[in-house]
Amino acid sequence: MVSASPMIEVENLSVNYAGKPALDQLTLDVRRNEILAVIGPANSGKTTLLNCINRMIETIPSASVSGTVKVDGHNVAEYRDPSLLRRRIGMVFPLPVGLPMTVYENVTFAPRMAGEKDRTVLDETVQRCLKQSALWDEVKDRLDDLGTRLSGGQQQRLTIARALSLNPEILCLDEFSIAVDPVTTMKIEEVLKELNENMTIVVVTNLVLQAKRLAHRTALLLRGKLVEVGDNEVIFSRQTADARTFQYVQGLFG
Amino acid sequence: MEFAIKASGFSAIFFVFAIFFFVFSTASEFIFEKMDFVEFLTSPEWYPTSLSNKRYGTLALLAGTVSVTGLAMLIAVPLGLGSALFISEFTSGVVKEGLKITIELLAAIPSVVWGFIGLAVMNPLIIEVFDAPIGLNVLNGGIILGLMSVPIMTTIAEDALKAVPDSYREASLALGATRWQTAHKVLFPAARSGLLAAVLLGVGRAIGETMAVLMATGHAVQIPGSPLDSVRTLTATIAAELGETAAGSDHYQALFAVGVLLFLLTFGVNLAADLIVRGRSAR
Repeated sequence: MVSASPMIEVENLSVNYAGKPALDQLTLDVRRNEILAVIGPANSGKTTLLNCINRMIETIPSASVSGTVKVDGHNVAEYRDPSLLRRRIGMVFPLPVGLPMTVYENVTFAPRMAGEKDRTVLDETVQRCLKQSALWDEVKDRLDDLGTRLSGGQQQRLTIARALSLNPEILCLDEFSIAVDPVTTMKIEEVLKELNENMTIVVVTNLVLQAKRLAHRTALLLRGKLVEVGDNEVIFSRQTADARTFQYVQGLFG
Repeated sequence: MEFAIKASGFSAIFFVFAIFFFVFSTASEFIFEKMDFVEFLTSPEWYPTSLSNKRYGTLALLAGTVSVTGLAMLIAVPLGLGSALFISEFTSGVVKEGLKITIELLAAIPSVVWGFIGLAVMNPLIIEVFDAPIGLNVLNGGIILGLMSVPIMTTIAEDALKAVPDSYREASLALGATRWQTAHKVLFPAARSGLLAAVLLGVGRAIGETMAVLMATGHAVQIPGSPLDSVRTLTATIAAELGETAAGSDHYQALFAVGVLLFLLTFGVNLAADLIVRGRSAR
């Protein structure tokens, strides 16, 4: 079942913000149905990488991009309408952003914007996504409450449910646990492992241990450059290809 | 120094009350002793200078104000909110700054200059296009007043849109909504009260405007049957007649009563706008 070609191919990707480099000649593959963790200190270009995958980078006027990103074999730059690309990629931001609408409307936002009007389909989507994100039991009686009324941890799972609403092939999470308590973090990590059965997942994280727990492979970025990418057994061992990886993982710098 | 800025702060309150007191006290004798309330509010007959049949009905004047303001809003709301949306969401850099500055310049054009435009440009144009006998009418005043109200609406509406957190835009776009869907389904609802306040402030601006409508609406006291009829607004009536009356006469006091009516109208609109904005920040 697993096809040989990678799900995401990043090739010679460079990004400048008003002349300041954020990513420098980055080349990296994400395999199908793996969980790839991207770690690195602040300003190493992790978020910029995610923004290039779904072309959100275009909403930052000062950014200039060179190099290519392919999703499922197609160059993302060739999508005439970036919305069509973004509907294939679920994105979860560091701080949960409940759109100013109800829980139900939050989860059905993406399908509705994609043109889905059938109420039964939308109802099913809400149930499926909230169950997948382990939130259904807590909010099934509060679907008409404002999304912003939920607790922080619930809101973050709401944004995950929302990101799943179009059955994306890829799910990207940017430091999802930054505003979430440890118990919820563990809950979400379990959710991600289940979702991984038929979804490629990229997790940007500041927590080295989270990468070790969650991912199959881990990539270390440093000042916009890829230091090393490899199986977790290698990255979290003494036999790393680059000495800096070992030092970073052991907390010796960063 | 502290006293000085305190005094300037409170002076605004003083002036509002002082002006209202002055207008109201001048009008009070007329309002409470001479005026027929029903006639004042419901009669379209405004004959303050008639020798045999003096009438002080403001309905026609009110209809003039409402019709011109209403038409002005039909023009100003789409134009003002549209340009605010464009400036805030669909452009950036030099174009954005240039547009903002130009629109603020538009607000600086004196109203008498707008009146010139109404008289010298719109008047012949309306006669030409609509084959109307005269081009000074509701349509002319509405267009001029609409354009005059655009800057304040655009500025306030743009502020309201700017106040919507960027995270909403990112979340919506990342979920595959187009920029237009994001504006329509996320930003407009989120900025709803600010946009409403922008519209109401534009309405307040339009109701209170005097010189441009005096020049552009044709000066006929009547309830308009079509946009091509001439009218006269509450403000234009005061401006045109006050200089011709003897201080203390019935006519003089009646014009102050019209001023009270106008004051209540604009006060109501501005208060509504203010309460809406406050309601938003309290939420």
